[in-house]
Amino acid sequence: MKNIWILCKRELSSYFATPIAYVFIVVFLLISSLATYYIGNFFARGQADLVPFFSFHPWLYMLFVPAISMRLWSEERKSGTIELLFTLPITAWEAICGKYLAALIFTALALSLTCPLWIAVNYLGSPDNGVILASYIGSLLMAGGFLAIGAAISALTKNQVIAFVLTLIACLALNLLGFPVFVDQLRAVAPGLLIDTISSFSFLTNFDTISRGLLDVRSMIYFATLIIVCLFANAVIIEAKKAD
Amino acid sequence: MDATLRVMNLTKSFGNFTAVNNISFSAAQGEVVGFLGPNGAGKSTTMKMIAGFLTPTSGTAYVGGYDISEQPLDAKRMLGYLPEGAPCYPDMTVKQFLSFIADIRGLSKAQKEQRFNEVVNQINLQSVLYQRIETLSKGFKRRVGLAQALIHDPCVLILDEPTDGLDPNQKREVRKLIANMAKDKVIILSTHILEEVEAVCDRVVVVAAGSIILDSTPEDLVRAAPQKTTIAALEEIFISMEVA
Repeated sequence: MKNIWILCKRELSSYFATPIAYVFIVVFLLISSLATYYIGNFFARGQADLVPFFSFHPWLYMLFVPAISMRLWSEERKSGTIELLFTLPITAWEAICGKYLAALIFTALALSLTCPLWIAVNYLGSPDNGVILASYIGSLLMAGGFLAIGAAISALTKNQVIAFVLTLIACLALNLLGFPVFVDQLRAVAPGLLIDTISSFSFLTNFDTISRGLLDVRSMIYFATLIIVCLFANAVIIEAKKAD
Repeated sequence: MDATLRVMNLTKSFGNFTAVNNISFSAAQGEVVGFLGPNGAGKSTTMKMIAGFLTPTSGTAYVGGYDISEQPLDAKRMLGYLPEGAPCYPDMTVKQFLSFIADIRGLSKAQKEQRFNEVVNQINLQSVLYQRIETLSKGFKRRVGLAQALIHDPCVLILDEPTDGLDPNQKREVRKLIANMAKDKVIILSTHILEEVEAVCDRVVVVAAGSIILDSTPEDLVRAAPQKTTIAALEEIFISMEVA
């Protein structure tokens, strides 16, 4: 556990070693607020809740998470520090968890900085804060799912740009599987049960209930399983490709 | 602390290509072994296996009495390793980086401070402690890599081309450093600089095409060919390898 924390701290400090982290957080806050106000009609709806804010998160993470996860392993492989890392007295799991945790903490920080929106909605009306808290937890869990996919993909390549693009595509696919317009097209050509099964694997489907403040057990299990499977894949990829 | 290294039938294949073929040797406390051979002979691959980065196809090694395959973490704790090219995390300062390595090596706060001061003085890093590693010259980067390998005062030291890219003064300093540490350690260093072997090594292991073709002392080399210097004798061996 101690090693995981040491590795996590190192990884976190390297996020903040360059101005990119700050730029990233500012852009994240800008886009999430703009989407809430303009596309989500935050004010015009006349309801004191954060549904318009949370409902954009799957799309927001699709863009932002690949930028957070792309450097996790590809940078390590490119600069050769992976050789240093894996000759230190740590297990591969400690390295994988430490890095993943750092990315998750960074995302949690960006997400927590959206709290002015929560303050605003409390000032304007009396929302159900339990629902909002549940949505925040669910949103972070979903971000964790995206990040785990990104971490595994980052382990595949030395090139951060390739890691970014591949993660973006994977996240897009997982979103589209539950996107109504897309799913309706599929319904015309494939049996309904198959489509329902496939779209139950989508981030959109699983986040839908969460964004309304309902921490559905099935969705929680879905995200938790996804994270574990991806981290396991990450371990397999690293073991197979670390020396390439 | 058991300062010994035993390499037993170490073999590494990549597909059909055998990079290291059944290498065995051992070294005891106080020995400085020069690992010599043309580029691509398998020196680095052997070192990467001993350091625990690459998994051997067959055979194993004992570092300080610990089997690298059975007790990899214990073996890694006994070992200091300078990978080829001395990769370090470029966005950290020298101080941050060495502190990270000391933490992950499990040094207590007092030990850490003491070793940090010793190593920084030994390797003359005072002037760059607060500089980011990416801004350092090649010579300083190499020295940071060396400091990283020494911070926990390991009893087995593996240095892959420790003087590569250093100017003549720095080379001399590093050789002096190695000679000063040699008494209570096992040191394996790879090089293709023949003078270096004569200057610091009390044993020469020549590797070609993945196998050991010579395991001798510089004195024996001269004894075998009395009219020649060590360097001339070694040069002859190199030339004969090229012909073969």
